[in-house]
Amino acid sequence: MPGLTEYLLLSAVLFTIGLYGALVKRNVVVVLMCVEIMLNAVNIAMVAFSRFVVPVELTGQVFAVFIMTVAAAEVALGLAIILALYAHRGTVDTTNIDLMKF
Amino acid sequence: MPELAIWSIIGAPLASFLLIGLGVRPAFGPRQASAGYLTILAIAYSLGMSLWVLAETLGAEGHRLALPTHEVLSAGGFSLEVGLLVDGLTAVMLIIVTAVSLLVQVYSQGYMHGDSGYTRYFSYMSLFTASMLLLVLANNLVLLYVGWEMVGLCSYLLIGHWFHRPSAAAAAKKAFIVTRFGDFFFLLAIIFLFTQTGALVISDSAGEADVYGVVGKTLTGAALTWVALGIFAGAVGKSAQFPLHTWLPDAMEGPTPVSALIHAATMVAAGVFLVARFFPLIHAADTAITIVAVIGAFTAVFAASMGMVMKDIKRVLAYSTISQLGYMMMGLGVGAYAPAMFHLFNHAFFKALLFLGSGSVNHATGTFDMRLMGGLRKAMPWTWGVFLVGSLSLAGIPPFSGFFSKDEILGAAWHRGDTLGQFVFWMGLAGVFMTAFYVFRALFMTFHGEYKGGEVGAHGEARHPHESPRVMVLPMVILAVASIVSWVANAPGQNQLAGLLGYEGEEVQTFPLALSLIAALAGIGVATGMYLFRALSAEGVSRATRPLYTLVARKYFFDELYEDVLVRRVFYRGLAAAMDRFDRTVVDGTVDMVGLVGRNAGRVLVRAQTGQLQFYGVVLSLGVLAILAAFLLWGR
Repeated sequence: MPGLTEYLLLSAVLFTIGLYGALVKRNVVVVLMCVEIMLNAVNIAMVAFSRFVVPVELTGQVFAVFIMTVAAAEVALGLAIILALYAHRGTVDTTNIDLMKF
Repeated sequence: MPELAIWSIIGAPLASFLLIGLGVRPAFGPRQASAGYLTILAIAYSLGMSLWVLAETLGAEGHRLALPTHEVLSAGGFSLEVGLLVDGLTAVMLIIVTAVSLLVQVYSQGYMHGDSGYTRYFSYMSLFTASMLLLVLANNLVLLYVGWEMVGLCSYLLIGHWFHRPSAAAAAKKAFIVTRFGDFFFLLAIIFLFTQTGALVISDSAGEADVYGVVGKTLTGAALTWVALGIFAGAVGKSAQFPLHTWLPDAMEGPTPVSALIHAATMVAAGVFLVARFFPLIHAADTAITIVAVIGAFTAVFAASMGMVMKDIKRVLAYSTISQLGYMMMGLGVGAYAPAMFHLFNHAFFKALLFLGSGSVNHATGTFDMRLMGGLRKAMPWTWGVFLVGSLSLAGIPPFSGFFSKDEILGAAWHRGDTLGQFVFWMGLAGVFMTAFYVFRALFMTFHGEYKGGEVGAHGEARHPHESPRVMVLPMVILAVASIVSWVANAPGQNQLAGLLGYEGEEVQTFPLALSLIAALAGIGVATGMYLFRALSAEGVSRATRPLYTLVARKYFFDELYEDVLVRRVFYRGLAAAMDRFDRTVVDGTVDMVGLVGRNAGRVLVRAQTGQLQFYGVVLSLGVLAILAAFLLWGR
């Protein structure tokens, strides 16, 4: 039976993988997927804390549900932006998307 | 008498100022004479009230009305209490200010007739009278200072009445700035006095924490001397004493009634009044009172010498005013309080009279240049008559009033018997000779000999002089009567005025009296010889003493000294230029450098902004990690 530490370790590993992917992947769709991994890492931490620290209350679990909802909306919006970007620029490579500079 | 009645002495002219300033032009339009009537009405009311105050003061115990002070401002331990101080000095000044002001307003009705600035003129005259009355009545240094600055402002506005003339605008500016110079030291003295002693009320009924009360208690030694000198510096500026005398002759650019009221009878006398008001304070500081005497005596002779060579009749009278104010100052300086105030009282009447006379002459000839006048006696018999009375009074010929007060001052100086008294007496005596000479020179050049044509018109035609209208002659006649009889206010042996002021009268000193009479008669004699009988050519004398004459006629080069050397070279090119350099290099340099550092740092740091969102993310993550590491390592 895994305890709090194990869950948090899993969460940290997932978060780091997600962060790594979000920072180094060239393809915007992959970056978006990595962001989803990070969100889910957070979800695991939330639920774990809820279960092991304050078992009588459900705040962490409720939070996780909210995050999933928002993540779904975010994915819809993000993919829409990526589609528009592709239609406009013909590429989804992050190195080419560099207009936000001096 | 009710306190409100005394406040209304100030209130009436103030109301007149507001009514004229805000209401007359829209309400009456072209019938502007109403402005003059309103002013006269308001000041006549003030005169009536002032007479009541005088009567009450004469009957009051210690010649001082007990009036409360009112707290108008309170902050922490500080409270500003304003009130009115009515003692003998105030009562006398009230009579002088309101009486002369009333006569001058009546005269102005004629003199300013048809002037485009008629309503403006009368509104400022009302404001001036109100300010002067405030200055005289104030029982608080702050309130007194407000009145003090307001009369300065009105002086500026009225000198610059014909502001479209560059010379008038410049003269107004000069008068304002030069007097401000003295005012600044006066203000410093007030602040210093307050920080040292906390006294702002001049004299309250308890007599403890007021200005009179702190002298010799919390205010002693060097502090007392500095406060006394600061107050005197204010008086020097206002009364045009040496070395701040240069503004008064230029102030003659204003309308003549303004000169008569402000620059002869009242505002310039405010300096003497100030010294008199703080006489217990200044008299307690030996150094300060000696300086008052020396400056007064020096100014009396110094200004009179310039009066002897001026060609403009008003400038002669302006220097005469400076000189006579010097007499009052030196009177106060030698401790002759009552004679000095007596001279102020008499001088207000006869000098206002002389100024109004010169205005009447100007009305007839269109000029103030005495070389263009002459022979006006036949055309203007009334003006001639009153001018003669004023001249005799100024010269100090008995039984005219100037004789009594001037000789009381000289007698008091003689009576002292010490070096200072001797110095003041002999300077005063020289001044008496010069005074008699210059005023009779002016009289003869203006009214005797042949008429020289007055102001030359546009087509070269001469002006035919005529007597001034009755509205101008009447005030002059009243002033002439006052000049003859005003000495009864302090008749020898009776000394009512001295008693009212709370000082002992001077005994008549026969020897100095005889000397000064001889000096005055000698001055008149020389003037008669030179300008009436032409036994001695004036041009010849001036040619024979060429360097000296030039020095005096150019006013001892004081204007050049102040304007070229002090203002342009020392102040402008020296001080101001140094300030300018400091501002440009140090202040601006610092600001520029701050900007430069920011811009150059930005030029370097801008390279970090690549537009690669993921690079930003890396930096952000590293930052979070760094903070986390720092927290884990040293945080707990």
